[in-house]
Amino acid sequence: MASSNDSIKKTIIVALSLCLVCSIFVAAAAVGLKPIQNTNKDLDRKRNILSAAGMLDPSKSVDEIFESVETRIVNLQTGEFATQAELDDAGIKASTFDQKAAAKDPSLSISLKGSDPAGIKRRSNFSAVYLVKSGDNIDRIILPVHGYGLWSTMYGFMALKNDFNTVIGFGFYDQAETPGLGGEVDNPNWKALWKGKEVYNDQGQAVIELAKGGVDSSDPNASHKVDGLSGATLTSRGVTHLVQYWLGKEGFGPFLSHLRSEGVQ
Amino acid sequence: MSDVKSVLFGPILSNNPIALQILGICSALAVTSSLSVSLVMAIALTLVTAFSNFFIAIIRNHIPNSIRIIVQMIIIASLVIVVDQVLKAFAYEISKQLSVFVGLIITNCIVMGRAEAFAMKNGPGMSFLDGIGNGLGYSAMLIVVAFFRELLGAGKLFGVEIFATVQNGGWYQPNGLMLLPPSAFFVIGLVIWALRAYKTEQVEEPEFKIAANSRSQEAL
Repeated sequence: MASSNDSIKKTIIVALSLCLVCSIFVAAAAVGLKPIQNTNKDLDRKRNILSAAGMLDPSKSVDEIFESVETRIVNLQTGEFATQAELDDAGIKASTFDQKAAAKDPSLSISLKGSDPAGIKRRSNFSAVYLVKSGDNIDRIILPVHGYGLWSTMYGFMALKNDFNTVIGFGFYDQAETPGLGGEVDNPNWKALWKGKEVYNDQGQAVIELAKGGVDSSDPNASHKVDGLSGATLTSRGVTHLVQYWLGKEGFGPFLSHLRSEGVQ
Repeated sequence: MSDVKSVLFGPILSNNPIALQILGICSALAVTSSLSVSLVMAIALTLVTAFSNFFIAIIRNHIPNSIRIIVQMIIIASLVIVVDQVLKAFAYEISKQLSVFVGLIITNCIVMGRAEAFAMKNGPGMSFLDGIGNGLGYSAMLIVVAFFRELLGAGKLFGVEIFATVQNGGWYQPNGLMLLPPSAFFVIGLVIWALRAYKTEQVEEPEFKIAANSRSQEAL
């Protein structure tokens, strides 16, 4: 019996049938669990949006609170809300828009070769933004941002007040920086430092940055500075770059200045 | 009965896969910076080892010798993918923290080692128990290491603050080194030392003897 196992015929039969059984098994698990996984991902994203906006409430479910948040798509090239025609043209819908996928699609994104401070290689032409309204006016706006730190691309949300300048909250939901050093971007105490900081200077440039060694309160620009992370110079630099990039003229800058001067239709 | 006991509990102290066989060190370094993550990793590895041993033992008489390792790898890899998918569906937060390390169970030496050393020669029932036993040995080590790393590195256990850290206005200055993978080497080394002091039969014969200093002048 042992020797017949080594015949070519038996070898091929065992290999083929094993592969067949295993692939059915794996495929069944992947397909069967997909819906639950997608719900998890969606819930995680919503929770992070709400957490950046400071709207999490343990007594209510995430979905319940999220009903008061309006998802809109912004055309980053024109700096306006994307019109229905533009959306139809690009074949995207606000509810299902996937920015990561869009940034990979050449027809929906631009290459940033040459000038890429945030280290993201391609930028999607459209971006989702999340509005929280009181009546007809925007109360706060939550913007998705991402960029490269030391090891990983960090994905986060930044919530701004309706002056489109003052930060309400900021946090990353996906990063793989060094635990204990760069990973401290997830530290609630550090995230709390962002609250009340101002993004733009008088000339309208996005100047908010992390200050190495901590912010000196006598500094006239202290309102544009957040304490850097100790032991994580490169992660801190990455955070500065990505925030300045996304809020600057290449990112949401034109859109936010439109909002500031015209309000929302 | 005593057989079952030695297969199941032997690997925890007297034949620990990490401390004695020095297998599976890579993931023991990577995931032990917090207890909850280590616990999930330990459960995942125990299940994978047990079931891969089980399935390999079932078909052990039909595995052609020439593709033995490949057959084992296919079974292990399929199980790992399933575990990864289940974690993503039911423990999303933790699967995000474990990220790539669940996938790396495939290359964990313990799983392959047990499949090759035990499951190829024993029946499915015993092999299953052997997998559980070695998983428990790995788990015990992981939890000890994670306990010290999380406590000393972050002042927490299972994310609950035990020592009030300086950052939060307390007294404890966390040791950042404990959060980095190399610190696991130190902790594992100390545990092995303690274990071998307790169970002296685990001490290995020295490969050579250091000669005594013949002239004291040379040492100075």
